[in-house]
Order: sequence, then structure tokens, then C-alpha cells
Amino acid sequence: MGLDAPSEEDMYKCVHCGFCLQACPTYLETGLETESPRGRIALMKAVNEGRIGITPSVTRHWDLCIQCRACEVACPSGVPYGKLIESTMSQVNSRREKSWTTKIVSNIILKRIIPHRNRLLLIIKFLRLYQLTGIQKVLRNSGLLNLLSPYLSELEKSAPQVPATILETSGQTIRAIGVKRSRVALLSGCIMPLVNGPEMEAVIRVLTRNGCDVIVTQNQVCCGAINSHMGDLQTTRKLAKRNIDAFLNSDVDAVIVASAGCGIRMKEYGDLLRNDTAYASKAQTLSSLVKDIHEFLAELPIIPPKGHLNYQVTYQDSCHLSHAQRITEPPRMLLRSIPGIKLIEMDNPSKCCGAGGTYTITERDFSLRLLDSKIKDIDKTQASIVATANPGCVIQLQYGIKINCHNRTVKYVTDLLDESYSSESTV
Amino acid sequence: MDKLTSMIADMKLVVGETYVIHTVEDLLVFEYDGSADKALPDAVVLPSNTTEVASIVKIALENEIPIIARGAGTGLSGGAVAKGGGLVLSLTRMNKILEINSKDHMAIVEPGVVNIDLSHSAEKYGLYYAPDPSSQKACTIGGNVAENSGGPHCLAYGVTTNHILGMEVVLSDGSTQWLGSNTREFQGYDLRGIMVGSEGTLGIVTKIAVRLLKKPESVRTLLAVFKHIEQASSAVSGIIAAGIVPAAIEMMDHICISAAEAAVKAGYPQDAGAILLVEVDGLTEEVAEETEEIERICDNYNPIEIRKATSMEDREKLWEGRKGVLGALGRLAPNYYLVDGTIPRTKLMEVLSGISDIAKKSGLPIANLLHAGDGNLHPSVLYDERIPGQTKVALDAGAEILKLCVDSGGVLSGEHGIGLEKQEYMPLMFTQEDMDAMSKLKPAFITMDMLNPGKIFPTGTPHVQISQGPAVARTGAGAYK
Repeated sequence: MGLDAPSEEDMYKCVHCGFCLQACPTYLETGLETESPRGRIALMKAVNEGRIGITPSVTRHWDLCIQCRACEVACPSGVPYGKLIESTMSQVNSRREKSWTTKIVSNIILKRIIPHRNRLLLIIKFLRLYQLTGIQKVLRNSGLLNLLSPYLSELEKSAPQVPATILETSGQTIRAIGVKRSRVALLSGCIMPLVNGPEMEAVIRVLTRNGCDVIVTQNQVCCGAINSHMGDLQTTRKLAKRNIDAFLNSDVDAVIVASAGCGIRMKEYGDLLRNDTAYASKAQTLSSLVKDIHEFLAELPIIPPKGHLNYQVTYQDSCHLSHAQRITEPPRMLLRSIPGIKLIEMDNPSKCCGAGGTYTITERDFSLRLLDSKIKDIDKTQASIVATANPGCVIQLQYGIKINCHNRTVKYVTDLLDESYSSESTV
Repeated sequence: MDKLTSMIADMKLVVGETYVIHTVEDLLVFEYDGSADKALPDAVVLPSNTTEVASIVKIALENEIPIIARGAGTGLSGGAVAKGGGLVLSLTRMNKILEINSKDHMAIVEPGVVNIDLSHSAEKYGLYYAPDPSSQKACTIGGNVAENSGGPHCLAYGVTTNHILGMEVVLSDGSTQWLGSNTREFQGYDLRGIMVGSEGTLGIVTKIAVRLLKKPESVRTLLAVFKHIEQASSAVSGIIAAGIVPAAIEMMDHICISAAEAAVKAGYPQDAGAILLVEVDGLTEEVAEETEEIERICDNYNPIEIRKATSMEDREKLWEGRKGVLGALGRLAPNYYLVDGTIPRTKLMEVLSGISDIAKKSGLPIANLLHAGDGNLHPSVLYDERIPGQTKVALDAGAEILKLCVDSGGVLSGEHGIGLEKQEYMPLMFTQEDMDAMSKLKPAFITMDMLNPGKIFPTGTPHVQISQGPAVARTGAGAYK
């Protein structure tokens, strides 16, 4: 079996006990064993055993997996499901005829746009122009898009609002405030600095306020999470190597990642490049330096903010933070550290919202079904703010709130910390 | 059109296109349950209510195709495996809690309700559903009824049958009956009791009335660590002999301890030969007294350590380790054959040493997990089905353990049912006359042997032929690049 085939050893760790069923959002939604982790692994084994081929009906079940990795937490056998499905998708993608949406996403967006900051920047600037000039309003009112493709029209509505601020990644250092406690590099990400510029700046302010020198490392690129999600491990490896070269030069205590999906991708670079003689050990080194922002602040420990915020907040666990990185308490601890914030837990906070990287584009119907049940759980809390830890979740939840006409906002945990710190002087 | 094709078309009219599964690729994921056995069904159907179940049963009857009812597929005796093909009727879509009656302490649920979901829903009334199989986060109440499932807390509270008041059943002619009542008193024949543990051979249960218990005022959980499994066994005998009936006494040997610890970091000491997990519940004063007494008894057997859970989280962690052990064995070997024999508690040490001899002889490790309080053993033979011949060695070792249990005055199954797994061992316990007497019950319920046929009673097919999975080819249709 080749490098990117699912590992036989991992596959046969599954003893089909069924503990994963109730953790799986697609199983819960359908009640079908075919849409469960245990079922998907059974199909991987059956292919491995030569009993069936990689047919469209088999790949359908794998495609429908959102890769939230909740099953890994439920699994007593320690099956590395995320790794299995990633390599399985890589096998699938090297053989199948793709649908036009998948083609656009995997061949154009993921290979030719996201890895290149300039191209991405151009598109984002167009999107901002489109949103600001009123073309968006005209197009929406005309119903033209809907006529052209209801799918596109629906997708257009969920595109995030592009802000004016864009985070530069030119190797600049932002100095710690007060006593210096640490020196860290920041992963700016691919889309985050462009659509979440203000939020990224908030992350930097929170870090400097906590005594960290922050370096926005030059020459860093997209972490490759979305590429691997789509089964393109080759591009992922290329991106990983460029990041390794960029970050290992910066002499820091930690590489901070503010997006859960990127965080786990980078923490698993070591495994991704384990067979690469030149990069295996460097990849391990970088992976061990990577810290999720919440994890890092909790361990530091955080200087508790003093600015009073009178909000009721509910926290949605981002899958790749809670399931993949097993970080559930730190973000909650940080929220509770803010004076005035009341944290109200929703039912099933760690159940996926349906964002799932490109899932929200490639499996739109299912993604919206999951979003709908998430919005219902959020609704029951009466909280005015939904806090979360990953850009995909933010965009998805914002869309869910918008179509349900709810009066709520979605924020990163770090936004709230920043808001509390910045209102300290007025206390 | 052949019989199967026309039947599939008829069923699609009843439940809709999505809920009839018949392509080879899709059927593959219904060939297994939690046990070692595998067999491919001809079709799978997922009805959403009693009327649909009744229609499906009629269609199957007309086509003379057997029905195998299935819950979450976590069973350990092959109960949901379609031996010889047939129609798997999956009840996972019927997962509504229809009523919780907090005054009468009972609930009515559909069979696909997950065991732990019922307790979670009853929690706000201060109630819970007592039987707690280790798979309770995934297994269904319907499956529990079919297998008469147990769980760690059955020591004090009894198994599933002690908590089932009545049920709605679709019989093999498609008619619907309510057996039992909604109260604890039964009049006439206890048909409810016959249905519980009948392993899907007498009818399809579509609604279940269950008893709920009031949550105990106080719960204490205690972990006692011993260097040798003999000491732990003696401590169990000591506790029972003192007349104490804790809610649960669980024992795990060193193999289980290391697997569980790797899985959930429950805080089990790695150097121990065996641990006991003892739980006492009831009125606060009573619980305090009994806990002290148990500690005193354990002290007599030279424990390395006795630890008490100080918080709810502590307690949950200790139990999480125990309840995940079975799956965690997957970390040690790709397959396990879990034996469910039950023995008189006084024979614990003797049988454990017999099991250790069997492990040595077979060359396969055997992990011992015990509901020690009620003598229900779960020795698990670890093996790898991909190694030719190893499945047979594992199953033979299991058979020897079962024989050992019966010889020591015990029984074949504590809580997992007979199914495919133990049907050939029934003669170890029962004479032909015994089994004939049991078989005579079937015609009272079913017109044709079409509900989970060929299970429970011996058929002469050696177990190993059914459970031997296909060899790993790595070269066939799909094999990865």
C-alpha cells in the first residue's frame, strides 16, 4: 500500500463495538449505520480485503463524513479516525470523476488560490468591493443569481462580510506590554488575516497584554488543513514544508494558532511528514511548538481581564479544538475569567455545527441540516453571544443566526477577552 | 422479477426509498454487531413506527424471508447477525421517548431509544433507568430487552427483566399485541417475562414500558488496588460473606487495567495485578457505614491502595475506565472473543486459575473483566482474525472457559444472550428434553420459524464457520494504491 493509503494497522484497531455511533452527527441525523464511523471503517476494511471496489456508493458514505472527529473521543480502542478518513479520501480523489463543485473547490480554490496570498487578496478585495458598492444588493434583489443557480445564490448569502482591516504578514514584531513572559510566532492563516483582520489584531493585543512579544512570521502560508480535508495530501505536504521553513527560523517559545482547524493540522505535521527524510524531525519540532491560543493563555496563565462585560454567552466547541485537540476547558475558563460574563452551556455544545471546512460547500444540504439543529440548541440558552474558536464555525453560525433572524452575535473567545482588556481603563 | 427484488419494491412503498438498503456495499455494514460473528443480510429495512413494522413483517411472511431485528448492533452474542441471510429490521429510527410518568415512576419508550438517553431524560424528575450495560452510551432499550442485558449495577438492582413492565409486540403474522401492563402487578401468564431475553425469536418489540427508579440519596465509589488477583477475589468473597450488597462490585485484571488506562486515563494504577471498583448507594448514613465496612474487609487482604472518589467527576472517570475496557482491548489486538459465563461466587479463585491455564495452553492472552459481585465473568480472548487459524484457537479457548464455568456449577451466559455465539454449547447445560421443552414455546408465538431463526438452540454448525471472516486479500477489487 502506498504512502497515502489508510493504514491497515489503524483500520483493524476498530473492534466494531459501536461506541462511536452516538457521537457521530451524520449517524444521529440519519439513524443509518452506513453514515456512521463504524460503518465507514467497515467499508475501508472491505476495500482493503478486496471484497468491494471504491465505487460511487462507497465514496458517498465517506464524502458525507464531516471529519469532526467526535468519534475519536468516544472510541475506547484509540482508532485514529481522522487519519484514516484523510488517507481514504486521498485514495478516493486520485481515482474519481469529481462533481463541478468539488472540481472548483479542489482544483482551483485549494490548489491555485489559497496557497497564494496575492491571488487570495485580490479575490477578497473584489468580494469587499462587491459587498460595499451595492452590486450585492442589486444582484440579490434582482433574483438573477437564484435564477442562475439556487445553490450559488444560497452560498452567496453565507459569504462573510469582508472588513477593511487586513493583517500584514511581513515578519513584524509587536512588543509585549509590561514584563515580557514569552516570545511567540503567530500563524496568520490564509483567509483569516483577510476576512478576520480585526479579530486577528485582537488576538495580537490579547497576547501582548499577557506579556508576549508576537512575531507575525514572514513567508508563512496556508496550513493545508482544507487541502487534507479534501484528500489532497500532496499539496498539504508542500504547504507544511514551507511553514516549517518559515517558523523554525523565528526562534520562539511557541507558534500560536487561533483557528482550531489550522491548529490540529499543524500539530499533526509530524505525522504527515513522518516518511520524509529531510523534514520528518523538523516537522516534529514544529508540531511540538504549536499551541492553540486558548491552550496557551490558560497555561501561561492568563492575566485576568478586569473590564466588566455584561453578556450572557454560550460556547460552541469547535470540533477540531474539542475532539481533535481535546481542548474543552481552557476556552471556558477564559470566558469565566471575564468579569460580568455569564456562561450558559447549550445542549450538546460539542456536536458539530455543520461547517466542516469545505463541507459547507460540497455537502450543502447536510451542512444546513446540522446547522439547523445547532441553532435550536443555541436558541434554548437565550444567550446574546455565541463564542467559538474557529473561522469556519464563526461563518457557519453567523449564517444560521442570520437566516433565523436572531438577534445574536458570534464572536471568538479572544474577541471577548480583548473587549474586556480594552475597557479596563474606563473601570 | 425475483422474490427479493419485488419484496424490496414493496418495502420501499412502506418506509420510503432511503430506508431500504440492498446494495452489496451498503449491506456490508450490517454484517456485524459487537461480536465475533459476521454474515451478510439480503436487505435491511428501517421502519419509523409500529404500523410500518407490521407491514414489513407481513411482506416478509408472504415472501418467506426471515427477519432479524437489530438495535444499535452492539450485542456480543451475534443476536443481530443475519446467519444464513434474511431481512435485517433495524429499529434505530424508532428512538422517541413517548412518555415519562414521574408520579408512577415509569416511562414508555420506542425500542431504538439509547439506554443512557432515557436516564438523562428522566434526570430532571430525580429518576433513572437502572440497568446499565457497559455499552449504555450506544446500545438501545429494545436490544436490552431482546438480550435481557445486565450491567455493573445489576448486582443490587437486577437485570433488564426486573425493570420491564410491558411491551407492544408485532407478532410474526403482522398482528400487534400488548404484553404485560404499566404496573408492577401481572395477571395471568407472564408473557412479558417470556419476551424479555427471547433474542428476537418470538416477536418484534415496538414499544416498551419501563420502570424508573428514584436516584439514590448518596453514592460512594471506592477503588481497591491489589498486587494479586487472588487477593482481589478474596476481598469480593469477604464483602459478600459479610452480608453487604453493594450496588456494584467490578474486578479488572492487569491487562484490562492497562487498556482502560490508555483509553481514558481513569487513574488506575499500572502496577496492580487487579483492581476492584465497588459502589454503594442508598441513604447517606447507611452508605457511610457500608463504605467503612467494605474498606475494613479490603484491608484484610493487603491492598496496595484504597481510594475513594471525592467528586462526581472522579466517580465518572473511574466508571468511564471500566465501561470502556472492552473497546479499549482493541488497542492490544484487533479482535476479542468475550465470554459471558457466570459462576457461583465461591468458585471465583478456582475458575480464574483455570482460565489462566487455558490462556497458557492456547498461547493467546486472556483479559479478565468481571462483574465480580454476581459471579458474571467476562474473560476476553485476544486474537487477530487476519492470522489464519487464530479465530479457531480463540473460539476453542472460549469454549473451554464456558465448559469450566458450567462444570463449576455456573451458567453459559450472564447477560449477553446465547445467539450464535453459544448455541452449540447449550448441551453443556441442558438435556435434549430441556431444549425441546423450550422450543415448544415458539409455535405459540410464531406461525413459521422466520424470526431470527437458527439462533439460541444448537444447529450442528460449528461456531467457527460462521465467524471466520474472509481472509485479508489486499489484491481484490478495491485494494488501495
